[in-house]
Amino acid sequence: MTTTAPSPYQVDAAGYYGPFGGAYVPEMLYPNVEELRNNYLKIIEDAEFQREFTQLLTDYVGRPTPLFLAQRLSAEIGTTIYLKREDLCHTGAHKINNTIGQILVAQRLGKRRIVAETGAGQHGVATATVCALMGLECIVYMGEVDIERQRPNVDRMRMLGAKVVPAKSGSRTLKDATNEAMRHWISNPTDTHYIIGSVVGPHPYPDMVARFQSVISAEIIRQLLHQTGRATPDFLLACVGGGSNAAGAFYHYLDEPSVRLVAAEAAGQGIDTGHSAATTALGKPGILHGASTILMQTADGQVTEPYSISAGLDYPGIGPQHAQLFATGRADFMSITDKQALDAAFQLSRLEGIIPALETAHALACLPLIGAKKDDVVVVCLSGRGDKDLATYTKHLEEYA
Amino acid sequence: MNRLTQLFQRKTADVLNVYFTAGFPQLHDTVPVLQALQDAGADLVEIGMPYSDPVADGETIQRSNQQALDNGMTVATLFEQLHDIRQQGITVPILLMGYLNPVVQFGIERFCQQCQAVGVDGLILPDLPLEVYEREYRPLFAQYGLQVVFLVTPQTSPARVRQLDALADGFIYLVAAAGTTGAQTDMNADVDAYLRRTQALGLRNPTLVGFGISDAASFAAASRHTTGAIIGSAFIRLLQQAPADGRTAAIQEFVRGVRPH
Ligand SMILES: Cc1ncc(COP(=O)(O)O)c(C=O)c1O
Repeated sequence: MTTTAPSPYQVDAAGYYGPFGGAYVPEMLYPNVEELRNNYLKIIEDAEFQREFTQLLTDYVGRPTPLFLAQRLSAEIGTTIYLKREDLCHTGAHKINNTIGQILVAQRLGKRRIVAETGAGQHGVATATVCALMGLECIVYMGEVDIERQRPNVDRMRMLGAKVVPAKSGSRTLKDATNEAMRHWISNPTDTHYIIGSVVGPHPYPDMVARFQSVISAEIIRQLLHQTGRATPDFLLACVGGGSNAAGAFYHYLDEPSVRLVAAEAAGQGIDTGHSAATTALGKPGILHGASTILMQTADGQVTEPYSISAGLDYPGIGPQHAQLFATGRADFMSITDKQALDAAFQLSRLEGIIPALETAHALACLPLIGAKKDDVVVVCLSGRGDKDLATYTKHLEEYA
Repeated sequence: MNRLTQLFQRKTADVLNVYFTAGFPQLHDTVPVLQALQDAGADLVEIGMPYSDPVADGETIQRSNQQALDNGMTVATLFEQLHDIRQQGITVPILLMGYLNPVVQFGIERFCQQCQAVGVDGLILPDLPLEVYEREYRPLFAQYGLQVVFLVTPQTSPARVRQLDALADGFIYLVAAAGTTGAQTDMNADVDAYLRRTQALGLRNPTLVGFGISDAASFAAASRHTTGAIIGSAFIRLLQQAPADGRTAAIQEFVRGVRPH
């Protein structure tokens, strides 16, 4: 699965994916970002780091996560569907693959405090968890709106000893929580590490987070080979908020053109309704949270407030690598509405006994739309479990009775 | 000659730079506030182009940005407001300060053209990476007579300070302490040591200290080892509080209060 020529889809020496990426940060963040950039590869490639990372993923997170042949769903859709069960990770989503990696980096950089942003609360919980594990102080910024709709995760973070700070500016969701976390890092430049929760932000974050999440596709290769005799699926589906579960699932397949990569974005109430988070459908190139990428914005370059039923997809941008996958046509981006996501969540629950996260439900909703044939192998990254979304699902129970 | 160059040739100490947000508190307040600052004796003025996500700014400037956007402020509107200021007697050097995305969406060359046309002297774009500036922006800024200002913080290494100083031609903006704008910086021994340390580097550009400068005491402390200082959040608070009909007098009093002589 490795290529010798540099991949057009991987980060280059300057920190870019084609025209996207870079580190567009004010000088106040420059030393922090530079410290990380100068050290992250050295740290990650160190054998002792790899040993500790792998051991924690195994003994603490519970990896490898299963690759499950979903037979009833396959029959219903008319293709062959495997679910990569990231929902079975400790804390209930793929987010912890990244936080384990980053807390080990933070320790090696001598940091004592951790700051993070969170949308659905899954990244916040995964950060609070590794901070408890390593005995580091943890501050999580979360939009006021998200604090309301993802209450169980707020309580989990508090239970784990983290301080949850409401972000009250702007749309009071993930974008604003990210702004506040960055401001916190600006004010605490020497002793604090910012554990960003997706493949967004200034270089080297998108690359570092993708590397930690790449364990997902490394396992898919092994498991698919074992179960089907082939290492490559025909289709690989994942939802994209910032894009970390997708980046991890796609990672080792980027240069395998036979694998069709499908990224599901949140259309919210519909891309033409003004209540949407479908970044590639509605956005343009620009700069957001320290990276050149594609983002939803006004003609005047003001960032638009996104909307999605799913807090983890309620973000006006995507990671720079995804912008490049979109611009080059390497991945297909699909817009999935709240309604389609709910349908898919109830379908999976009833057919397979798995309640998916609302974010994940957007990836599942692509299944009938991709034109997969009966014998095609389709892998869906089941990024997280739906316990945190039960309040939302409960409101719709009657409709699906 | 660029008005900034002229200013710093004439004046090498106690230079007062005042920041305010364009289109704040009301959409059409930009030019009246600019005029009042010039009349009150500000040496240069930094006009903030409002942005939805100003990560380097604290609450006061965040709120002024949001209010200006709610008032309908845009980059294009700002250039309309400024279009004949140089014919109307505004002689004070003007910097535009803002985040990169609105500038990029406006079109960088068109932006530089407009700056030159209305008589802007320099730019502060805090999230413009140095290498992008060198590669893409520097020739344009030079072509349209725009000077560039770079920020330096207490965490910036001496080697990088020198690199920034080599590329800047307006002044060096010394961020007083780690934090966003409007944080309460007391001009303590740490800040003093940092300003001394920077002074000892013997930079080619003038230096102005910003973040947390709010009154005569902090202005004097900041200016001791530098060319002067920048006031932002404290001035925005004044604009918030002053009644519209008493604003010119309040600005007079504010500037006189910061720099009594
Ligand atoms: C279960 C789950 N899936 C997906 C996402 C979206 O993030 P990303 O696009 O980085 O994978 C989230 C974010 O909170 C999540 O909780």
